[in-house]
Amino acid sequence: MSNITNEGLILACSAIGAGIAMIAGVGPGIGQGIAAGQGAAAVGRNPGARGNIMSTMLLGQAVAETTGLYGFAVAIILLFANPLLGKL
Amino acid sequence: MGFGSVLRTGAFLAAETGEVKFGVDGLLRYELFGQELWITNTHVSLLIVVLVMTIFALAANRAIRKADPNEVPGTFLNIIEYLVEAVDNLTRTNMGEKHGWKFSNYIGTLFGFLIVANLSGLFGLRAPTADYGVTLGLALITFVLIHYNGFKYEKAGHVTKLFKPVLLTPINIIGEIATPLSMSLRLFGNILSGTVMMGLLYGLLPKLLQFFIWPVFGGLHAYFDVFSGAIQSYVFCMLTMVFISQTFGEEEV
Repeated sequence: MSNITNEGLILACSAIGAGIAMIAGVGPGIGQGIAAGQGAAAVGRNPGARGNIMSTMLLGQAVAETTGLYGFAVAIILLFANPLLGKL
Repeated sequence: MGFGSVLRTGAFLAAETGEVKFGVDGLLRYELFGQELWITNTHVSLLIVVLVMTIFALAANRAIRKADPNEVPGTFLNIIEYLVEAVDNLTRTNMGEKHGWKFSNYIGTLFGFLIVANLSGLFGLRAPTADYGVTLGLALITFVLIHYNGFKYEKAGHVTKLFKPVLLTPINIIGEIATPLSMSLRLFGNILSGTVMMGLLYGLLPKLLQFFIWPVFGGLHAYFDVFSGAIQSYVFCMLTMVFISQTFGEEEV
């Protein structure tokens, strides 16, 4: 047990933290699914407005994706530009 | 060469994997004002993207200049006219008849740049938009445009609307600052996630296996580079238009 270095501990915990940060992908997944479902229902009700519905749905999904991307940014920073290693 | 060595060669081929590469590589180091700076592969990709767009623009300019109104336009001229009309219609429907046409130049350039930059991943380049410096620069241009037009059309109202209602002032200010941050992070995150996924797959799978499952790679490229890249270009331009047209005021649109 005594041969875990400080650096190794930080790297291991950062990898676990990056994995946990990607749980943020659950929310946008649900949100985009709801948006796509409502979009399909709207096209079924009014097939003529397909173009407008598609562009509105894609815009909404892209905005909903932002929170997931914040989690992704945290994971990438932890893996490739770890700020904690500099604190040793 | 016995059966054993053939087997061993096969095992070696199957086990040989590429390098995991998806980061920004420094190519040339230089110093400026005592700072250590690098020319990276992002600069190289950006230069190639800008060159491609410049050549296209010069060719388009030549074709339009030589166009004869009495004759049927050729294929290239038709494509250019279609693109220009599409951008004009996009800005006019999203920003209103009165001011929309003024922004079609910027929106068209932005859309073209983003499309070419996001698709450059297909041609072996590292997409320039997978570098935060590029996307933050684009988002800051949008930020400046929003506030320039805000002061132009709303005058002092552009500042006073931050204090309405007074209790929400901090949230309003944070919201203004968060606009370029979230726009740049959205584009950056989407393109970078595609780059990372493709880099991991190319780096971790054995070369022989990569050869046999090329439809998987084709499909992933079609999703991450073409579909996601086109959607994100569209979304970036759309958000730019929506944020700018908010400053025009209701009765003017």
